[in-house]
Amino acid sequence: MFHTIAIVDYGMGNLRSVQKAFEKIGIDCIITNNHDVIKNALKIVLPGVGAFKDAMNNLAELGLIDLLNQEVLVKKKHFLGICLGMQLIAQKSYEFGETTGLGWIDAEVVKFPQTNLKVPHVGWNNVHFISQSKLFTNIPEDTDFYFVHSYYFQSQENVTTAHCEYGIDFSCAIQKENIFAVQFHPEKSQTYGLKLLKNFANL
Amino acid sequence: MLKHRIIPCVLLKNWQLVKSIQFTSYRTIGHPISTVRIYNSRNVDELIVLDIDASLNNEPLNVELISDMAQECFMPLTIGGGINSIEDVYTVLNAGADKVSINSQAIENPSFIHEIATIFGSQCVVCSIDVKKVAGEYKVFNKKKGLLEINPLLLAKEYEKQGAGEILLTSIDHEGTTLGYDIELLEMFTKALTIPIIINGGMGNLEHGIDAIRHGADALGAAYIFHFTQYTPKMIKQSLASVNIPVRMEQ
Repeated sequence: MFHTIAIVDYGMGNLRSVQKAFEKIGIDCIITNNHDVIKNALKIVLPGVGAFKDAMNNLAELGLIDLLNQEVLVKKKHFLGICLGMQLIAQKSYEFGETTGLGWIDAEVVKFPQTNLKVPHVGWNNVHFISQSKLFTNIPEDTDFYFVHSYYFQSQENVTTAHCEYGIDFSCAIQKENIFAVQFHPEKSQTYGLKLLKNFANL
Repeated sequence: MLKHRIIPCVLLKNWQLVKSIQFTSYRTIGHPISTVRIYNSRNVDELIVLDIDASLNNEPLNVELISDMAQECFMPLTIGGGINSIEDVYTVLNAGADKVSINSQAIENPSFIHEIATIFGSQCVVCSIDVKKVAGEYKVFNKKKGLLEINPLLLAKEYEKQGAGEILLTSIDHEGTTLGYDIELLEMFTKALTIPIIINGGMGNLEHGIDAIRHGADALGAAYIFHFTQYTPKMIKQSLASVNIPVRMEQ
């Protein structure tokens, strides 16, 4: 079977909500960790909620690290990381010690600094676009998206396409060639979240 | 800037009505699904659905219904009522919910919160505390066991320690009265806790929402106001925005 989008199932969080969001906008997708199904899909989505270390362990156990490297870095398939899926493409994370990530972007995943703001950063926050990205086609500047996270993506590379402000300005969307990622949850962000997923599917 | 959320709380009794096909395939009929659909189309920030009698009657989880509601819901969905084990949490999250609301089971066993937070993350644990004021003192109320000799704030602090993501704080005395939230109770909680507080019970007009946010509420839960008054979530947000409280307006 060929599918437009493979949603990578590696035992982290609520994949079903990502699938039903794509279904709602009429995009064919499958939740899978089958290597052949992922190889045959046109695009790859890596969602996820939970701890960085568990996620990397699960990806390794399922043999998905080499596969994703091959499909995304070599074959240049369109890739969308969501929330933890964005963080995993960094070089390392400092969540519960230090863990090596997929390393596709020269970036680190670090905790929000101690302020009087509550962590996790939970709820709707507005997003400032700082460079053009096809992901944001027909989405207005300063649209609110739904966030849930305690760590954020700190990139050394110039890949940020949108910022969000929560005590500090942090990178909430990036693009590097065929690699896209967002810290917020488009599948939980109502109309414009679905719009963003549609933009990704239409790339 | 992070927005204050307005969260309709949908209450069900025994997961409402079901009908069967040949005694096996149970399907949901009636209101919960259409209610969720309406809230989704109204672009609300988040939705909480609680089966208020599930724990009382040891009702099994209605997976069909939860999954049908999640199907209509493209905003965060919290499900509560009768969630007693890690397996139940799996079931509810796999059906498409984003968070679980835990009440009865955690009063008896606060480490249940820690278990859920460790496996699924703090972001998906909402601890629901029902409070009643008796002779000037706040006490925890439980549907099954009635009034308990437990200080609600100490219970909330324990939940926070165990890894709760948010507290859903309901004043039974104010619930359904439309007289406003229990601000004294709210302040007691917001001053002592660092996790977000969803205050619930009593909103009857637009001033009540402003009042609660100014006294530290992160989010406003409400049920009655949406069912029995002319106010909509959008009107509440407009009134908050008019006094410069950040809310997410429809775009």
